[in-house]
Amino acid sequence: MPDALPILEMKHVSKRYGGIAALNEVDFVAYPGEIHAILGENGAGKSTLIKIAAGVTDPSEGELYVEGKRVDFRNPTEAMAAGVVCVFQELSLLPDLTVADNLSIVAPPMRAGLIDAGAQRERARRLLAEIGCDDIHPLELVRNLPLSRRQMVEIAKALAKRPKLLILDEATSALTAADVERVYTIIRRLRSEGVSILYVSHRMHEIAALADCATVFRNGRRIETFRIGERSMSAIVQMMIGREMTHHYPDKPPANPGAPVALSARNLSWGQQLRDISLDVRKGEIVGLGGLDGQGQRSLLFALFGVLKGVSGSVDVLGKPLRLSGPRSAMRAQLPIALIPEDRKTEGLMLPMNIRDNISLASLSKFQKGLRFDRNSEHTAVEKIIKGLNIKITELAAAVSTLSGGNQQKVVLAKWLMTHPGIILLNDPTRGIDVGTKQEVYRLLRDLADSGVAVLFYSTDYAELIGCCDRVLVMYDGRVTRELAGLELNERNIIETALNVNDKEQAA
Amino acid sequence: MSTFGHRIAHNGGLLGAIALFVVMFTIYTSNHPVGLTAAVAATAANKAVLLALVAMAQTLPVLTRGLDLSVGMVFILANCLASAIVVGTIGEGFLGIVAVLGVGALAGLLNGAIVVWGRLQPIITTLATGAIYYGTALFIRPGPGGDVQSDIADFATGQLFGVFPTSLAILLAVVVFVWLPYRNSVLGRAAYAVGSNEQAAYMSGVPVQRAKLLAYTLAGLLAALGGLMLTFNTYSGEASSPIAGNYTLNSIAAVVIGGTSLFGGWGSAIGSIFGAFVLRTIEDLLFVFNLDPLWQPLFQGIVLLAAVSLGAVRILRIRNRLELFA
Repeated sequence: MPDALPILEMKHVSKRYGGIAALNEVDFVAYPGEIHAILGENGAGKSTLIKIAAGVTDPSEGELYVEGKRVDFRNPTEAMAAGVVCVFQELSLLPDLTVADNLSIVAPPMRAGLIDAGAQRERARRLLAEIGCDDIHPLELVRNLPLSRRQMVEIAKALAKRPKLLILDEATSALTAADVERVYTIIRRLRSEGVSILYVSHRMHEIAALADCATVFRNGRRIETFRIGERSMSAIVQMMIGREMTHHYPDKPPANPGAPVALSARNLSWGQQLRDISLDVRKGEIVGLGGLDGQGQRSLLFALFGVLKGVSGSVDVLGKPLRLSGPRSAMRAQLPIALIPEDRKTEGLMLPMNIRDNISLASLSKFQKGLRFDRNSEHTAVEKIIKGLNIKITELAAAVSTLSGGNQQKVVLAKWLMTHPGIILLNDPTRGIDVGTKQEVYRLLRDLADSGVAVLFYSTDYAELIGCCDRVLVMYDGRVTRELAGLELNERNIIETALNVNDKEQAA
Repeated sequence: MSTFGHRIAHNGGLLGAIALFVVMFTIYTSNHPVGLTAAVAATAANKAVLLALVAMAQTLPVLTRGLDLSVGMVFILANCLASAIVVGTIGEGFLGIVAVLGVGALAGLLNGAIVVWGRLQPIITTLATGAIYYGTALFIRPGPGGDVQSDIADFATGQLFGVFPTSLAILLAVVVFVWLPYRNSVLGRAAYAVGSNEQAAYMSGVPVQRAKLLAYTLAGLLAALGGLMLTFNTYSGEASSPIAGNYTLNSIAAVVIGGTSLFGGWGSAIGSIFGAFVLRTIEDLLFVFNLDPLWQPLFQGIVLLAAVSLGAVRILRIRNRLELFA
């Protein structure tokens, strides 16, 4: 309906974090009565776009118009007041409050100046019935609901605000099939009522079934907007991939199927997140974990490092069963295991502590000589590894928080390399670090592999997986759905498997 | 689950605290040499209401995932101030009461303002402001002494219609006219939301800052009311550092026994009242069984530990070890 007044219009909107542009000079228009799909790889700028529309972040540059009027949202409340409502992936529900409380959290029904609990419960019952969730009791606590039901409450909460523009960010990813159908029905009804819907999803068949038009983003830019049906599935995938990769990766050695299996997992399962995963990593091999964000890759690394409880299945190191009761047991395996965490600020570093203490933290016992702690050999070892990894520091006693992101990440690597691991698990280690440091990390991983270390490497950057890894296991919905190696290991195959585009054939 | 079932489940901690209190209080009265007379009840109530008010005060910041280490000091400040200005005629006395409550609310507002706009942690903020409030109390009343309007004091510590302890009626009035309306107001709801998940609350458009300000302000007000009641009991003021510290720490214990989560978002001030009653009854139990009062801290510790252990049951259900430290 391009003649109508757009509900939302963005003009030359950019968002920079430090020097990196998450969104670059984007023009975007959403019309009433239209379901508009937003497509793109991890980090293409989709979430930044919706965060700006929903008032969560400010744009660095550019202008926003809602129904033709210039707006400048300072917070989500102002966006909601203008009719822009977002259902976020990270749930915005309050776990300790009841469903009824959550549904009326901002403007509850009042009587005599106080919240009218009865009317509020009635309202909740009505809203839940509207989305076909009569089975949820209004007085149930949100934290007692399973994830899929919480997601439905989240949608009910958004609908309660009577939005003009409804943003759904991967809103169906946690839902059961029956609930997905209900959500489709609701979305189609809203469309007929003139609501504009922005629909972010990685499920291509959903988009084909539901959307009227789509916009593809890549590297923070809007690539193209088109009507659904105008472009073939493969043309859309091509748009999402874009141009050639720009990094240089170390050469891969020929495969060595005779090398001993360092790490072997059989039938690992953990709740909904890991389903029957089996994998082998040989000495000297870099195995990648691919797929969309949040398909169980992190949980798999956590399971192998002993962080999760109640994992079924077995883990062997060099053919011997390993009993994982926590990170310390993983570190004491016959080939010690190291996990380079994703979030260096919370899981990797003690930010206020100095560089030396951070690096030696995981291997302190190596310097304990009887009752004496050998400060000198600690110092020597730390200096050696700083030199080896080319970490740029002013002095060892400086707080690690004073370093740049790339150097902080190297400190995390140094800390774990000090433990002389035989198996290294990496959880998206290059996120948010500069290109130069990335290259060094790739080189380092290959050197470690050449020296006989087994590497299991999760990355959200597909190009990196292709450039660095000998094999890549692509995960979808808690399973390893495909193994890619050699010529098969290319971006198209990774994306297609990650999106589960031909999931029907695989299910058969 | 039925609506009724949900209500029971939501108030598990509160019901547990009530049950514990009823058991302990029954043991106490059935072993008391004269049984439950109006005088026995009034004496027990007068002591228990003091801690109950301070515990209610503590509950509000705790619900927002904060902590107020200054409640005991505001309590003492109000006591010293009341012993100086709640004097003269009954009318002048009431003016003094209003002033004392105002000062308490102001002290709470200052805590809240520093936490909200200064973005300091509540624990260190209130440790510092608590010292300031105590210092002010010491300035007002360097040595024990002072006086209080005796008509008001006698009324507040006596019995209504010769049977019901007035102090308990005052506490009930606070519940009905302060706590319940607060619990059912937008800002009260917001306090629970903030304590439950501050980011989600912000994303949902909840007035996060005003909720915290009000929680701390009300805490100051309730602590000051406790201080007033102390003055009515003792007819004097004393800037006692041990009493201030004791009330602060016991208030936290009462909050926990009453089923409120120190992680915020969960609990009720009514639970804290019964938590306070439980702590006070331990003292009385020692008395009727002729045990040395020296045992009191030990028994309080055991009750507290048992209450906290019940709260730790959740750890058995955790499946990601990282959540143990979240």
